[in-house]
Amino acid sequence: MRGLALVPVRLPAAILALLWLSIAALAANFPALSGRIVDQANIIPVETRVALEPKLAELETKSGIQLIVATVNSLDGDEIEPYANQLFRTWKLGEKTKNNGVLLLVAPNERRVRIEVGYGLEGTLTDALSKVIITNAVTPRFKAGDFGGGISRGVDDIITVLTTDSSEWQKRPSLRLDSPSSEQFPPWLFVAGLLVVVALAIISPGFRWFLLGMLMNSGGRSGGGWSSGGGRSSGGGFSGGGGSSGGGGASGRW
Amino acid sequence: MPRSLSRIGTLIAGLVLVLALSSCGYNNIPTLEEQAKARWADVQNNYQRRADLIPNLVATVQGYAKQEKDVLTAVVEARAKATQTRIDASQLSDPEKLKQFQDAQNQLSGALGRLLVVSENYPDLKSNQNFLALQSQLEGTENRITVARRDYIEAVRVYNTELKTFPGLLWASTFFRSNKPMAEFAANENAQTPPQVKF
Repeated sequence: MRGLALVPVRLPAAILALLWLSIAALAANFPALSGRIVDQANIIPVETRVALEPKLAELETKSGIQLIVATVNSLDGDEIEPYANQLFRTWKLGEKTKNNGVLLLVAPNERRVRIEVGYGLEGTLTDALSKVIITNAVTPRFKAGDFGGGISRGVDDIITVLTTDSSEWQKRPSLRLDSPSSEQFPPWLFVAGLLVVVALAIISPGFRWFLLGMLMNSGGRSGGGWSSGGGRSSGGGFSGGGGSSGGGGASGRW
Repeated sequence: MPRSLSRIGTLIAGLVLVLALSSCGYNNIPTLEEQAKARWADVQNNYQRRADLIPNLVATVQGYAKQEKDVLTAVVEARAKATQTRIDASQLSDPEKLKQFQDAQNQLSGALGRLLVVSENYPDLKSNQNFLALQSQLEGTENRITVARRDYIEAVRVYNTELKTFPGLLWASTFFRSNKPMAEFAANENAQTPPQVKF
């Protein structure tokens, strides 16, 4: 008896686990998003790292913008533009509704660097500004072998650009609260509404068709696949917030 | 009393039918079709964005390289042709239309590439701030076009697969007879690589 009852719970769990594994396998070439600085190529000196971490964290708490610095050992034979875009989408940087993530990607072995900008910040950190930051602040230092200096100047400039626009910089409490209206909505009202709907459906045939139409429209929409969580987790782990990018930003070589 | 009971019975049967229909993927075809159309709108917007940058670019180059008339007029003409060739979301299943669009944009890409090569010969132009900004915008736009095209190709692949595979096939052959598979983008290598911009 107990075994039977467990089957329906276990089966979906197993399918979910399988799906997870297949997704993980697809993205196997990308480093894991372990923090705000992902130094796979091991080129960022400790002191730079220690100085940068709080700046990046402060940017996110003040404006919600997720700025991530990443270095990779290899671009897997790809150009840096598609690689950065796919990495950005795998990590889902920035909030889901605002797409306000920025990725500073360095590939020291290919001598390529790129600033990939989320959809929501394309108007602030434009292609032209990204290019200026890369050519003026980043690549000259990289040429001299100073990766720490180039990255920290680049991050400083990106933050300056992102925070000069006051509308992005100001914290917007109204947007950051989890829709208060749903909390003010008492549960008994929902039950009462449901009862009214059922009663109406029993009484009126016209309403039944209306309901049928509604259900046809709304059902199955969630079938497209599932996303890995809409919001940033406030717990110990670090993750992207569900944002996306579409190739905004600029790249450079040295 | 039995009458109202049978009413409740039909109601429940109706609800079950609706849920069964929607969980069998009745909605998938229209949903995926809309998604693919939205991706197409992105593609078209990004090409439009490129076209919008061109008058400014041409004006800047003209200031330094008047004698390159041929190259400049080629760009202007290709742009005019490319902006005229637009595809409505309902024409996406027509490979011929898509090819026309593609050809017009490719021609513009070629003309732009030549313009950028030519501008290499003018050191003053190359160090002009406005030109540098335009170049980086153009580069970014080409990159966005690549991403938008990739997203569109993927959306079309998902939609076409839905039309041809099992649960979707049932709906495609009954309720959605008018839904045709969308034309794939001919993956033209020349179109995918942005014109080389050197600094």
